[in-house]
Amino acid sequence: MSSFAETGPREPVTEGIRVDKVQPRARLGKNIRALIVVIVAIVLLVPVAVMAITAFKSRSDVVSVPPKLFFEPTLEGFVFLLTERSQLSGDALDEARANIDNMGIFERIAVENGQRINGPSDFAKRLTNSIIIAFGATIASVTLGLFAAYAFSRFDVPGANDLLFFILSGRMLPAVVVAIPIFLMYRQLGLHDTHAGMILVYTVFNLSLTVWLLKGFIDEIPREYEEAAMVDGYSRFQAFYKIVLPQTATGIAATTVFSLIFVWNEYAFALMLTSQDARTAPPAIATMLGRGGIEWSAIAAGTLAFLIPVLIVIFVLRKHLLRGVTFGAIRQ
Amino acid sequence: MSTSSAGPVDAQAANSVVQKKRRTLSDRGLINLFIWPTLIILIAFNVFPLFYSLFLSFTDYSAIVNTAPEWVGFENFERVLASEKLWESFSITGRYVFLSVTLELVLGFTLALFLREQFAGSGIVTTLILIPMMLSPVVVGLFWKLMYTPTFGYFNYLLGFSNPAAAPDWLASRWAGEPMPGLALWAVVLVDVWMWTPFVALLIYSGLKAIPDYLYEAAVIDRASSWFQFRRITLPQVMPLLLIAVLFRTIEAFTKSFDLIMGMTGGGPAGQTEVVAIRLYQQAFLGQFQTGRSSAFAYMVLIIIIAISNIYIRNLNKVKEG
Repeated sequence: MSSFAETGPREPVTEGIRVDKVQPRARLGKNIRALIVVIVAIVLLVPVAVMAITAFKSRSDVVSVPPKLFFEPTLEGFVFLLTERSQLSGDALDEARANIDNMGIFERIAVENGQRINGPSDFAKRLTNSIIIAFGATIASVTLGLFAAYAFSRFDVPGANDLLFFILSGRMLPAVVVAIPIFLMYRQLGLHDTHAGMILVYTVFNLSLTVWLLKGFIDEIPREYEEAAMVDGYSRFQAFYKIVLPQTATGIAATTVFSLIFVWNEYAFALMLTSQDARTAPPAIATMLGRGGIEWSAIAAGTLAFLIPVLIVIFVLRKHLLRGVTFGAIRQ
Repeated sequence: MSTSSAGPVDAQAANSVVQKKRRTLSDRGLINLFIWPTLIILIAFNVFPLFYSLFLSFTDYSAIVNTAPEWVGFENFERVLASEKLWESFSITGRYVFLSVTLELVLGFTLALFLREQFAGSGIVTTLILIPMMLSPVVVGLFWKLMYTPTFGYFNYLLGFSNPAAAPDWLASRWAGEPMPGLALWAVVLVDVWMWTPFVALLIYSGLKAIPDYLYEAAVIDRASSWFQFRRITLPQVMPLLLIAVLFRTIEAFTKSFDLIMGMTGGGPAGQTEVVAIRLYQQAFLGQFQTGRSSAFAYMVLIIIIAISNIYIRNLNKVKEG
């Protein structure tokens, strides 16, 4: 009989190592699989990278055939995107060129293109709208959602399951279907194309997310904490305020950020319920092409400006991403 | 979960005997105070509008004409059902959903099996592949439009087409100048797959992680083949999550595909990517604003969505509890 050391696996089989995975062949397979995952990730990110580099191309570099991978980066796209400009000619242009060293970077780029900056563009206003509406709707839906989630989590609400399904089902409706009656309603109420109207729509739209996510987070906090606090003389509301709220801080933060992203990215409602005053960035970016001399570099710049906050959020939230997208069904 | 919550409930019951009257009263008040604001706002902005549009679907009405809705009975429904374009848009939506969901499942499952290997930096990689999904679909559509441009776009360039005249013009459904119907739909499906495969993969991966190791160990001891392990252990164990992925993507294909396709083709060329949501939008908000008829159309879409989402929510609950 040969000993275990000669015939058995090279390393002792502990709980952490699966029996079928200790052979050298399995190890090679493991490395290959890791490599494939990395390659897939790189391929998936190519389009995002293309957009990022296009934002820094000049007008002529964008349309060069074949596409240029190496070029001289410029902020032209951003200048075109964020400012209103007018053509300079003759003396005014010469004067501006002579003065070029005293100018800020945006003005300098405009002058190099023979133009003068008159003021911020429409797009700057769209971004402001996006920010106002995203924050307004998020604050409202997280606040309402937090209270509702607490009640659903801690009390025996009659018909709780049906109510929760009702709340979630609102989310499943295509925006176009809901937008027709809301459009008419808003016109009657004077809410069409207003910030308040959009904040309301997005609050409703996000309530399903906030209620479901926050309920999941509150469910994870042991009830004993509140019970103990109430035995010590806290009222139910005080227990909620002083015990549950601080414990849910992470959950609230994650939910807030998800809500912000959803509103920030939303297109359909904004397209159908706004026209000028309250229009947000996504429909504005989509209709920018071919208007007022806006070109791909400007669109790429706009897209990049739009994506950066989302990218930051993804990294901050990476542990909760799947949970957010599946409304708390999957706890990653 | 259930054992930990049983204790406090008893404690609460015992506790509430002491101050039963005060506690139950204030609790009920608190429930109402906490839940009703949410319910009221949902009723005002989800339920009421749907009843309103149910009424409109039986009327002849246009939002831009200044006349009151006129009752026409089932005429709108008859007209919508008789419209060939409607069936065309349903068939396009069906193809879009089928192609993208199938590809996402196959690729996502494969990717999930690979993701099972933990290696240095695998956390970062799983985060990175989720980036496409978190982006605004309309913006994604727009930058893929740039990618697909036959002359200066990167897509053909990276595929190795050097001569734009001989290369496919994806979003115009043309290959080397010849019309090639269906190409635009494939182009849109590809972007959908690009966005959502990582999500499906992660969903399945989270199911894979939950499979206990001893099942595989037992199979190995019994000298079961890898294929047998996959079919008899892996597949049945992740089935509920697969179902969730399918239903979730199907619902999204009705809702979010609108953004993506509007950004890329706007329904073109010649209506080849005109999914239901886009057709509905054009009928309700462009041209003549056929509000009455599009409400009828919207209701038929609504019934389909409600049916699918019902199944979805029921499965979601099963997974949550199971």
